Amino acid sequence: MRLIALRILPMDDKVIDFRVHRRDVILFPVRSQVQRITYFLRGAWRLPMTATMVGSLGMLVVPSVALAAPRSPFSPASPQAQSIENLFIFQLVVAGLIFLGVEGVLIYSSFAHRSRPGRQAATFSGNTKVEIAWTAIPALLLIVVFILTVQTMHQATATATDPLTIRVVAHQWWWEFDYPNEGIVTANELHVPVGEQVVIHLESADVIHSFWVPELAGKTDANPGHVNEVTFTAMAPGTYLGQCAEFCGVEHTWMAIRVVAQSTQDYQAWVQMEKRPATTPPAGLAAQGAQIFTAEACGSCHAIAGTSANGVAGPNLTHVASRATIGAGVLDNTPANMARWLQNPQVVKPGALMPNFNLTPDQVNALTAYMETLR
Amino acid sequence: MAEYATPYPQAIPTVRAPAGLWRWVSTVDHKDIGILYIVTSLFFLFVGGFEALLIRLQLSAPNGKIVDPATFDVLFTMHGTTMIFLVVMPLVIGFANYFVPLMIGARDMVFPRLNAMSYWLLLFGGILLYFSFLAGSPPSDIWFMYAPLTESPYTTNAGPDYWAAGLLVTSVGSIATSINLVVTIIQLRAPGMTISRLPIFVWTVLINSFLILWALPPLAAGMIMLLADRLLGSHFFDVPAGGNVLLWEHLFWWLGHPEVYILILPVFGMISEVVPVFARKPLFGYTFVAASTVGIAFLAMTVWAHHMFTSGLGLTTDAYFAGASMLIAIPTGVKVLNWLATMWRGAIRFTTAMLFAAGFIGEFVIGGLTGPMLAAVPIDWQVHDSYFVVAHFHYVLFGGSVMGLFAGAYYWFPKITGRFMSETLGRWHFWLTIIGVNVAFFPMHFLGLLGMPRHVYTYPNLPGLFLWNFVSSIGAFILGVSMLLFLWNIIVSARRGQVAGDDPWDAWSLEWATSSPPPPYNFANIPTVTSRRPLWDLKHPENPS
Repeated sequence: MRLIALRILPMDDKVIDFRVHRRDVILFPVRSQVQRITYFLRGAWRLPMTATMVGSLGMLVVPSVALAAPRSPFSPASPQAQSIENLFIFQLVVAGLIFLGVEGVLIYSSFAHRSRPGRQAATFSGNTKVEIAWTAIPALLLIVVFILTVQTMHQATATATDPLTIRVVAHQWWWEFDYPNEGIVTANELHVPVGEQVVIHLESADVIHSFWVPELAGKTDANPGHVNEVTFTAMAPGTYLGQCAEFCGVEHTWMAIRVVAQSTQDYQAWVQMEKRPATTPPAGLAAQGAQIFTAEACGSCHAIAGTSANGVAGPNLTHVASRATIGAGVLDNTPANMARWLQNPQVVKPGALMPNFNLTPDQVNALTAYMETLR
Repeated sequence: MAEYATPYPQAIPTVRAPAGLWRWVSTVDHKDIGILYIVTSLFFLFVGGFEALLIRLQLSAPNGKIVDPATFDVLFTMHGTTMIFLVVMPLVIGFANYFVPLMIGARDMVFPRLNAMSYWLLLFGGILLYFSFLAGSPPSDIWFMYAPLTESPYTTNAGPDYWAAGLLVTSVGSIATSINLVVTIIQLRAPGMTISRLPIFVWTVLINSFLILWALPPLAAGMIMLLADRLLGSHFFDVPAGGNVLLWEHLFWWLGHPEVYILILPVFGMISEVVPVFARKPLFGYTFVAASTVGIAFLAMTVWAHHMFTSGLGLTTDAYFAGASMLIAIPTGVKVLNWLATMWRGAIRFTTAMLFAAGFIGEFVIGGLTGPMLAAVPIDWQVHDSYFVVAHFHYVLFGGSVMGLFAGAYYWFPKITGRFMSETLGRWHFWLTIIGVNVAFFPMHFLGLLGMPRHVYTYPNLPGLFLWNFVSSIGAFILGVSMLLFLWNIIVSARRGQVAGDDPWDAWSLEWATSSPPPPYNFANIPTVTSRRPLWDLKHPENPS
């Protein structure tokens, strides 16, 4: 049987033969460029080619499976985030096809057009028609992408006539949530009713921050001296995680956002609960805690409605025990963690603006007991 | 070779060549200065790489405790600043310094002393920046130093001062060297080397130098304003006193966006030199490659605010910047397709230089394809300042710029030293790099899409975060090993590499028409150029191109 040698010549001049049976050559005659590629895919390059193709497809498939996770733009829970996901998927598909095309040609050419004995390089050095074609086709494609982009920008920011307005003030390193119409001020945990459009008026008390809850909306910066708007309509009850997305100093890492979307009924119940001022415990450990709170002047930074504490530099603590985390996400809100935090916040969240008050363990226990009453 | 028509026959200047350290301190030879630039950049490459490895070590698992939060901020600030201003930019300038005069048939840069000054400004700017560690207040507010975080109330140490002062010094050097390169390319071309016969590398350096002159001075002004705010009590970025924080963002990205093209345009030029030589074919579509360089540079000047889609500039402004940014994909795509067409039906010799050039194309395309996604405003609202963006620009800057610079290094090393780099080590270097790049940077796309923002010193243990961070860290260490191999290859090959000769690759541009390494005066006779491939014409007088 006659063998036809396909050779590649590596730099060390060792000739490697990839022998292909003549029968295969007859089955796949090398005439046109298309047939050459078909032949090529069956030939000695099948393995590297297949590996690359599978790898590339894997790069596209893995994300879509792996990303249906909390805190991902690919698990949208609002029409706004949904519109962005649609645009994103469209662009990923287009990019994926271009990727396969370009890498395919690169790899094909790298193997098929290698130097080997007797091979003469072609001499062509340009073709205006081809150049115009591969300038014009991407241009047309980009016009489509641009139109879809502008459409999506409007879909993702359109506001209804009577939205729920919430003022959000970003601080180094926590979030203040202020419901002007309901008269509620809370921190780090945003409650919204399902199915109702929310418009956030975003401000900053100090440096630039960015409000990002991927499942509900894209991010928007909180600039000092300039109010920005964010809008979303949560479509299903649940907790959506978010995070400050613009570096804002040493504890940028722990500036998490929890958005709790509730049915209208549950939301109204929450509003009523939040409106209730705190009642100072009459006696016991918690009462001692309340006294320590006053004695240590905690109220110059923190507010507790119904008491003299009215500070605004730190989170409002009126209902702190009802929130899920401490320190904008750094700890789960359990009595033990609350004690850890009070013992020395600088160990838990180094650089946080709350100093270490050097409280004794008894004082910490009393304060923790007091905090637990603030529901 | 005797047919060079030259107005200066045998005009060899007498050169007193000092030896040893004094040679390097006193030199005004563009080749020596080029080497100084390259060696300095390599030093900072390992500094910046070490910072990157510490970052990846800290992030390899949730709640990492390798470094404390404040140190982590210093690491990513200095990693970014170093890699951009002290590694890739001076590497590009170093190669331009060494090869532009050789490629256009000149004896030196037009202003040799200004050239030396530019280099020393780079070195001392870098030292000033790193002196901040000894002074106990290294910069920690990211490489883009957003005000008002950098203002005195929020950053109480001198970090931003060192950052601004150090980079001001290097900026003056970069501006001076850009003027030098522009004038050199316009004034000192060999007879017959018209603008349409310039090697593409020289084309890209020319356009790049204009881009630096456009982009750097406004940032220098911004840095002076920042220093004035911090040290003299002015209020440019001080909101309560009537300043504006968006002003800094505009000034910074006015440089910051052209900067990424500054870091890659000359690398496009290198690839356009390397691919034809090893594919044994003339560059496909010379005019389109040159014109697309101009197109990219022009567009690069008009798209800075696509870094500010989340800042709240308004939908109309955002839409303009989206459209302009998307347009850049067109000339960039044209370049990629022209390189592929140059390889097509060539007789490709896969030396390490060509491997890196092909690897560059393959990796750059991945970064290039996520670019239009970031230009689409709503997608950017989701992925801006997330690890998705980190993945994007590492594909462009590492998979792109750095791999392209490796291609240039393997290609031109024989000219600089007279010796080949080891192909065996080179192949290890290449394969480890390409594996490392993808293992380190591809998972970062996933991290961004899992809601992980940039600049965080740790992350909660949400699904997927540990896995992909861990994979990425493994990739970073693979890259670390590949960099060490590269360094080893340079050291070994410079001393004991195989002797290369003057024109080891059978290339076509003028730098290969002189000895390796070239004499101080470059060419005994200034050659006359009659085509885009002057050396081909000399070697094939019967069949000129």
